[in-house]
Amino acid sequence: MDMQVAKKKLGLKERYQVMTRGLDWTPSYQKMEDIYPYAAYEGIKIHDWDKWEDPFRLTMDAYWKYQAEKERKLYAIIDAYAQNNGHLNVTDARYLNAVKLFLTGISPLEYMAHRGFAHVGRQFPGAGPRVACLMQSIDEIRHAQTQIHSLSNYNKYYNGFHDFRHMLERVWYLSVPRSFFDDAVTAGPFEFMVAIGFSFEYVLTNLLFVPFVSGAAYNGDMGTMTFGFSAQSDEARHMTLGLEVIKFILEQDPDNLPIVQRWIDKWMWRGYRVLTLVGMMMDYMLPKRIMSWKEAWEVYFEENGGALFKDLARYGIRPPKWLDQISFDKDHISHQAWATFYQYGAAAAFNTWTPNDEEMDWLSQKYPNSFDKYYRPRLEYWREQAAQGKRFYNKTLPMLCQTCQIPMLFTEPGDPTKICYREVDYQGSKYHFCSDGCKEIFEYEPEKYVQAWLPVHQIYQGNCFPEGADPTAEGFDPLAEVLKYYHVEMGRDNLDFEGSEDQKNFDQWRGQATKNA
Amino acid sequence: MSTVFIALQTNEDTRPIIGAILDDNPHARLNEQPAMVKIDAEGRLVVRRSSIEERIGRDFDLQELHINLISLSGNIDESDDELTLSWGA
Amino acid sequence: MAVAALRKYEFEPADAPAKFHGAQLLYVGWEDHLMFCAPFAFPLPPTMPFRAMVEQVLPGAFGYHPDFARIDWAKAEWFKSGRPWTPDFDKSLADNGLGHKDVIRFRTQGLTGIAGSCS
Repeated sequence: MDMQVAKKKLGLKERYQVMTRGLDWTPSYQKMEDIYPYAAYEGIKIHDWDKWEDPFRLTMDAYWKYQAEKERKLYAIIDAYAQNNGHLNVTDARYLNAVKLFLTGISPLEYMAHRGFAHVGRQFPGAGPRVACLMQSIDEIRHAQTQIHSLSNYNKYYNGFHDFRHMLERVWYLSVPRSFFDDAVTAGPFEFMVAIGFSFEYVLTNLLFVPFVSGAAYNGDMGTMTFGFSAQSDEARHMTLGLEVIKFILEQDPDNLPIVQRWIDKWMWRGYRVLTLVGMMMDYMLPKRIMSWKEAWEVYFEENGGALFKDLARYGIRPPKWLDQISFDKDHISHQAWATFYQYGAAAAFNTWTPNDEEMDWLSQKYPNSFDKYYRPRLEYWREQAAQGKRFYNKTLPMLCQTCQIPMLFTEPGDPTKICYREVDYQGSKYHFCSDGCKEIFEYEPEKYVQAWLPVHQIYQGNCFPEGADPTAEGFDPLAEVLKYYHVEMGRDNLDFEGSEDQKNFDQWRGQATKNA
Repeated sequence: MSTVFIALQTNEDTRPIIGAILDDNPHARLNEQPAMVKIDAEGRLVVRRSSIEERIGRDFDLQELHINLISLSGNIDESDDELTLSWGA
Repeated sequence: MAVAALRKYEFEPADAPAKFHGAQLLYVGWEDHLMFCAPFAFPLPPTMPFRAMVEQVLPGAFGYHPDFARIDWAKAEWFKSGRPWTPDFDKSLADNGLGHKDVIRFRTQGLTGIAGSCS
């Protein structure tokens, strides 16, 4: 018998090789294209799947070890936060509305990402990317779960946290993030990877998580801070995977370039539109602010994304389309979005308000080219009206963009006083868009977007009332019925923050926490 | 030249890591934000295992970084000894 | 271009006219008044006179704005799909050539929103 010589531990690179290669076999009685039916139809050509490399070289054994450690930390913090009534330490209860929007609009996307990566991981014929997709799929379900667990603590005390799952498929503004992800998961596996892995994770996720989560910490929300950073620790890996995907596809075949470029153009624009919600959260919903949406955009998109696209130029990739417009709009979209939620505040599952004087001054300072000229007059007018008991609730439904499903609130490139209208005639019908980007995306795949479930149109078709409601009955109140269908309770979950139940409860409980009653 | 960055949570685990990164990359800038730091560097940034081990007095596996990492940018090259971020252009 | 698909990819549009119970959608925007964040969508019978739309439908939607009461409708400029257009107030929407999902806008000279901010 040979003596077993104690072997040196495998190095990182060797371990990665062993754990991600040679895991496949060549099928003998089934055709490859039957086993991987989605691998070719998008037109992407891959010649050697083994050229795939995860730069972090993370393997499943190490993955479980580090994820377990993250979970232990996270739940220790969440428990401590809950046991200590940490919710009473947030700056003020207006802040919680940002978290409601996060739970209803963003956490479900984590779950969809989990499904998407599980699907794509199954469909790729290469073992390297399959392992990477497996890890990311597990990460994403972890994010959904940790976010729901963390935020369930708020559901014990505050309104609007009670039924995010139900709301996702019904509430008008949630159709924006939902349709974004539905678009991605119904694409082929390569488009999904460019859409979510690259455009969303690499280029845009920093804007979602880094300044907002740091802002949560600044506003005393340890729960959001801890799930946010715990998720973000995975994002760094996802971003790396996203970049690797692009490089891998482009290195495999020159024919892949135009397809990838079109997906980058499309998904940067789609993602950018969804991030309008985040811009609004940063500028209007954090009582204490660390940076404006515009500043975050400059750091994380213009500086960082700029470096990325400079680097990708060697593959023939150019920066995404419509950047001029995006650059102009950074002075405007957060204000336009908040004005929208303020006026449709009766139909939202959270409270809205006008900024106070100090906050308006902050906005003036951060947006010297736009706030005082275009947005302050509107907000001050609304505030005066509200003081006279005439708080503005817009009760007429808005026109929506067929692609991004956002109300047509965006303005012409270069002119913030003109709504941007674009339209297309397709098979005898008119379709309307908020921008050249959304119009062009439609024109490339009209068969897909004519199916859009536009909440306003669905309400008018009579599909958004609770069972048994009779729109022909006398005194039928469509808004009240739509709210019931949404599971939004009138006067509790919606309307202005001023006078809300959350405001009253928070003040009372905080009083009890700091004084002997 | 383009900027790369690494962002880390601020806690007792990362204090020595941040120190090591700043020592090993004299051109890097420390940007402190609530609960986190972002370290920016022109062109290239290296995280060295040996520098971290010197500070913490025990073996360190560079993959432990994943626990407290928030974000990064640039092309990554990781070995047992170093993690490097860089832009080609 | 067309969707890349493995099989025939054909689905009914979600907003076909037949789904609106006899109504058709009309979108209406008021230029220079972005206090209303977006144009409005109305489900209206195609037989509705244009005047009824202006006098009975629009006030409920735009009436909150202090400029609304000052509108001189005889002088309002109209646009259909962005191009200048003259409606006949006494004809129906259909007879004015308005079909399902058409978009019209109006501009009211001299009225430019709260403190002239186009709000």
